[in-house]
Amino acid sequence: MFSMTIIAILMVVVMFVGLYLKSSPVLQEKSFWQLLSSSEWKPMKGEFGFLPFVAGTLWVTLISILIALPVSLLTAVYITEYAKPYIKRLVFPILDILAALPSVIFGVWGVLVIVPWISQHVAPHFMDFSTGYTVFAAGIVLGVMVIPLLVSLFIEVFSSVSTDLRECSLSLGATRWQTVRKVIFRQTFSGIIAATVLAVSRAMGETIAVLMVCGCVIGIPTGILDPCYPIPALIANNYGEMLSMPMYEAALMFAALILFVVVLFFNLLSRIILYRLEKRLG
Amino acid sequence: MRISKSKKISEEIAKVCMCLAMLIVFGFVFSVLWTIFSKGMKAMSWDMVSKLPGGGFYIGKEGGFLNAIVGSLYIVGASTLIGLLISIPVVFFLNVYLKKGSKVAYLARLAFDVLFGVPSIVYGAFGFTIMIFFGLRTSLLGGIIVITLLIIPIFIRTMDEATRNFPRDILDASFALGATRLETLKVVLRQIAPGIATATLLSVGRAIGDAASVMFTAGYTDSIPTSLSQPAATLPLAVFFQLQSPIPEVVDRAYAAALVLTVIVLALSITGRFITNRFSKNKV
Repeated sequence: MFSMTIIAILMVVVMFVGLYLKSSPVLQEKSFWQLLSSSEWKPMKGEFGFLPFVAGTLWVTLISILIALPVSLLTAVYITEYAKPYIKRLVFPILDILAALPSVIFGVWGVLVIVPWISQHVAPHFMDFSTGYTVFAAGIVLGVMVIPLLVSLFIEVFSSVSTDLRECSLSLGATRWQTVRKVIFRQTFSGIIAATVLAVSRAMGETIAVLMVCGCVIGIPTGILDPCYPIPALIANNYGEMLSMPMYEAALMFAALILFVVVLFFNLLSRIILYRLEKRLG
Repeated sequence: MRISKSKKISEEIAKVCMCLAMLIVFGFVFSVLWTIFSKGMKAMSWDMVSKLPGGGFYIGKEGGFLNAIVGSLYIVGASTLIGLLISIPVVFFLNVYLKKGSKVAYLARLAFDVLFGVPSIVYGAFGFTIMIFFGLRTSLLGGIIVITLLIIPIFIRTMDEATRNFPRDILDASFALGATRLETLKVVLRQIAPGIATATLLSVGRAIGDAASVMFTAGYTDSIPTSLSQPAATLPLAVFFQLQSPIPEVVDRAYAAALVLTVIVLALSITGRFITNRFSKNKV
């Protein structure tokens, strides 16, 4: 049993080493920064510039968090501070459903609902024509996907504040909303940040749903109505062709490595903050 | 004390905003479900779930996606079983053998939380490199290995949450009666059974819906795999591939497959919630 636990811990290291070894050919040819800062992507000529994909990932993640954060924060506050038990009984199963739905289902929904909506109702105000497969579409779909994660993390964080503190504030004459702002938010500020970082890392790694609505055009997006091509979509779209060219494979594995390292770092950071918070308040 | 006016107004505004936020969340959920159900019901037929793809399946002729349903069930069934066998000892080790506040337990929990956050596409890419290392082709076995890796962190973290609040007194009582640690496991198991059930349902739901990792490793095929070395189709990939087709009949099948997937996942999620509500009442 002890060895199994150790093996599990080592998994993290093994994954890093495996991906690193696989991507080493492309790293030998070009430096890390060259790969990230170049926007030339011509696999057939051996040019691998990841800038468009990195930019696509950042755009999509930013939009999704901008959509998900306010909605999730308010929902979580309502559930922990205001809601009566029967409302909680109604809300939790619905959040469960949202959390359980697979990525590909959100993709189908995005293609059927969000993409036509953007193409017909949003984009015409700003440009002549858009297919709807844009940063904005991917951001909305991703935002909806991270809402349940954010809400459940926020609920956990808010419920760790002791009832005494709340009652102190209320008995001093503060309204509930004042208590939320000046006691709960202040006590759990680090937790809110940590939860958001976790959601960011989840959004960065989402593949199928984003792949279906992002447009997959290589180029650095200049606005939210441009198509984009995030890193996970790049890996998923090219896995078939990559075997024929060792350099191409190495480049895609490098993409996976970047994703892994960023997500690993974000996760470590936010989990440690959350553990600390739990200890301090609990 | 008199509540000032601005306080009251901001309280009301906050309340309205919160209700709006809740409504937005509900709206999204119903929009997703409504889209999938209304599109899927139209395309649904008995043939879809009971037949393999026929000769001209991808140009809109007869057939169904039984291959994807069976492939998904094979992969999910096998990896859930392996996942359970690996994670129960680990959870037990973390909670019974190790003392509270142990460094190893802290590190292990951190590691599993981090693994939980690793995107499935990275698992796919990593699994793919392992498979090449061992000389495997895209196959049922590859799919099972990757999905097992993917769900173990979910298994362990969910079960661990359920076990952590487990009263230590019960352990002491069991030890005081002269039971060994292994015998105490039985007592623990009975207490955390609902936790295990919920964790299993959650993992199955995750495993059956994940497309990015099996894309690399399990491949796609029109037939039902008869051995571990053959490629296997999966439901999410069936949705994904057929949706890209220009032929309306094939796209309809993507909707039907999406409906099947959604129904499975919904059933799992609702059962999970039911078990948590029902059985956690009787816990000590």
